[in-house]
Amino acid sequence: MASIELRSVGKRFGSHEVVRRVDLLVEDREFVAFVGPSGSGKSTLLRMIAGLETVSEGEILIDGQSVARVPPAKRGLAMVFQSYAIYPHMTAAENMSFSLRLAGVPKAERDAKVREVARALEMEALLERKPRALSGGQLQRVALGRAMVRQPKAFLLDEPLSNLDAALQAQMRLELVRLHRELKTTMIYVTHDQTEAMTMADRIVVLNEGRVEQAGTPLELYNRPASLFVAGFIGAPKMNFLPAQGAEGRTLGVRPEHVRIGEGGELAGEIVALERLGARTYVHARLTDGTRLVAEAAGDTGVREGDRLAFRILPEGRHWFDGSGRRVT
Amino acid sequence: MTRQRHRVRTGPLMTPAVGMLLVWMIVPLLMTLWFSAQRYNLLDPGGTAFAGLENYRDLVTGRALWVAMGNTLLLVGAVLAITLAGGTLLAVLLDREFPGRNICRLLVIAPFFVMPTVSALVWKNMLMNPVFGLIAWITRSLGLGAPDFFATAPLAAIILIVAWEWTPFAVLILLPALQSLSKEQREAARMDGAGAAAMFLHVELPHLRRPMAVVAMIETIFFLSLFAEIYVTTAGGPGLASTNLAYLIFQDALFEWDVGLASAGGVVAIALANVVAIFLMRVVGRTLEAER
Repeated sequence: MASIELRSVGKRFGSHEVVRRVDLLVEDREFVAFVGPSGSGKSTLLRMIAGLETVSEGEILIDGQSVARVPPAKRGLAMVFQSYAIYPHMTAAENMSFSLRLAGVPKAERDAKVREVARALEMEALLERKPRALSGGQLQRVALGRAMVRQPKAFLLDEPLSNLDAALQAQMRLELVRLHRELKTTMIYVTHDQTEAMTMADRIVVLNEGRVEQAGTPLELYNRPASLFVAGFIGAPKMNFLPAQGAEGRTLGVRPEHVRIGEGGELAGEIVALERLGARTYVHARLTDGTRLVAEAAGDTGVREGDRLAFRILPEGRHWFDGSGRRVT
Repeated sequence: MTRQRHRVRTGPLMTPAVGMLLVWMIVPLLMTLWFSAQRYNLLDPGGTAFAGLENYRDLVTGRALWVAMGNTLLLVGAVLAITLAGGTLLAVLLDREFPGRNICRLLVIAPFFVMPTVSALVWKNMLMNPVFGLIAWITRSLGLGAPDFFATAPLAAIILIVAWEWTPFAVLILLPALQSLSKEQREAARMDGAGAAAMFLHVELPHLRRPMAVVAMIETIFFLSLFAEIYVTTAGGPGLASTNLAYLIFQDALFEWDVGLASAGGVVAIALANVVAIFLMRVVGRTLEAER
C-alpha cells in the first residue's frame, strides 16, 4: 500500500550514465512494468527503488517520504530476484520467515504467517523441503512467499519468470495477476519480455538507454506508440517500418494485422517465408524496394513461398514518425 | 558398434601406475609391520630376532607414546581451530572493498610460501627468542620481562607457528569460496534486514561450510605428521612437552637406533591417522552430502 515517486532520478557508474532523469509516479495498488532491452537501465531503476543502489541524482519518495537515507530493509519493500536468491541451507519455511526472524518476531507468530502465505500460494506441502529438493517453479513460489510474508508496501520483481519454461511462465503470469488483485499492493515488475508486460501490467514504462520512452497502459502503447523505439518494442511480431514516399525522412509504421494481401494494394512484393501458427499465418515478404514486410493472414491462407503479391495498408493502422523517431500526429 | 571395436584392455595400461603405488605403499607398510615385530637395534651387534608384540608392550606401558599421542591430537585440534577461525575472519575481511586490498591479500597469503624450517627458524630466533627476539624486546620495554616461549609453553609456541603458516591456506580456499556467493543472495539478505553480523552468521558462514570441511581435511593430513617445526624449535622438549608421534618415531629410530620400537610407533601412528580419517570422513562427508 504505497505510492512510489521518482523525481528526475539519475544513476551514473563513473562517467557512464545508466539512468537519466526519470520522472515517474507509481500509484498505490498499481501494477507497473518496466520494459526495455538489456542495458536500458530498468533493473538499475528497480534496484535504486529497493535501496540496493545509491541514487546519483534526484530523489525517490515512498508514500511522499524521501527514502534517500532509509536502508533497504526499512523501506517496507520486498524484492523477488531473477535467480530467486533462495538461501540454500534453509528449508522453504525458514527462507520465508528469515526476515521475521531477523526482526525478532516470535516463532509461533512466524510459523502462522508462513503457513498463511503458503496456503495462498498453494505450497504448504513444500514448506519443510530444502531448496535442492525443489523445482524451478517451486523455488519461484518460495521467493514470492518470502516477499509476501513481510507484508510489504510494494513488491519489486526483477525478471522473476525468465528462468521458467514457457508453460510455467504463462501459468505464473496469471498467478501474479491474481496475487496482485488479492494482496492489493503496489507492484513494480521488470522484464525485457514485452508479452509479460502487456499481459500483466496496468501501466507499462518503456525504457531505452536510461530514459523513459513512453509510459502508459498496454493498449495506449500498442495503439499510439510515441516513438519508433516503442513501436518496434511493443507487439509481436514487430511493427513494419517503411520509408515514407514523398515526405523526406519520415517513416511509416504499420502492424502486421493492418496489412491486407492481394486486394489491389499499393505495395508489391515476393513471399519469402510463412509462419503458420494455426489460427493465423504471418506472411514475410520482400518488397520491390528491398524492405521487409510482415502481414497477418488467415490460418488457412493459400499463399505460398515465392508468390508475388500486392499488399494494402489499412488507413487506421498507419503510424507516422519523423526523422528523429518521434510520433507525428 | 564403434565403441566395441575401439574397446581397449585398460588393465595393462594401468599396471605401471598401480604397480608403483603398491611398491611405494604396500612394501614399506609390510616392512614396518615386520620390523615392529623384531628385536632390532642398530647399536646391538647381535643382529635381529623375532620379538612378537614386545615392542608394542614397551610402547603401550611407557609414558612417551601417550604423551606424544595427546600432543599430536592437541596440535591438530588447536591449529585446526585457529586456522579455520582466523582464515574465515580474514576471508570475510578481504572480501570487502577497501583501498590496497590486492596488496593486503598478497601479504596475507605470503606466509604459506615460506618453507616450514625457515619460518620456524624466524619465529625461534627473531621473534620468540628471549634474548634478542622482537617479542621479548617489546615486553621488556614495557617492563614485563622476557618470556621464554619454548621453555615455558613449547607446545603453544609451536601451535602458534604452525597456525601462522597455515592460516593463509585457509584464506586461499575460503576467500574464492566467499566470492562465489551469489550477489543476489546477499542482496536478498539485505532486503530481509540482515546487518553485517546476521549476514555473516546466516548467509556467509553456511555458504563456507563445504570449503571449511575441505580445509579441515587437507590440514589434518599435514598436521598429523608435523615434524620440521618441532625439530627446528624445541626438538620435542623440554622433556616430552612438545613431542608428537612423528617426532617420537624419529627419536626412537635415529637417537636410540631402535628400529623395532620406532616401527611399532609407526604402526600406532598409522592406526591413529586412520581413526582420525574415519572420524573426519564422517563429519566432513556428512557436510558435503548435506549441502548437495
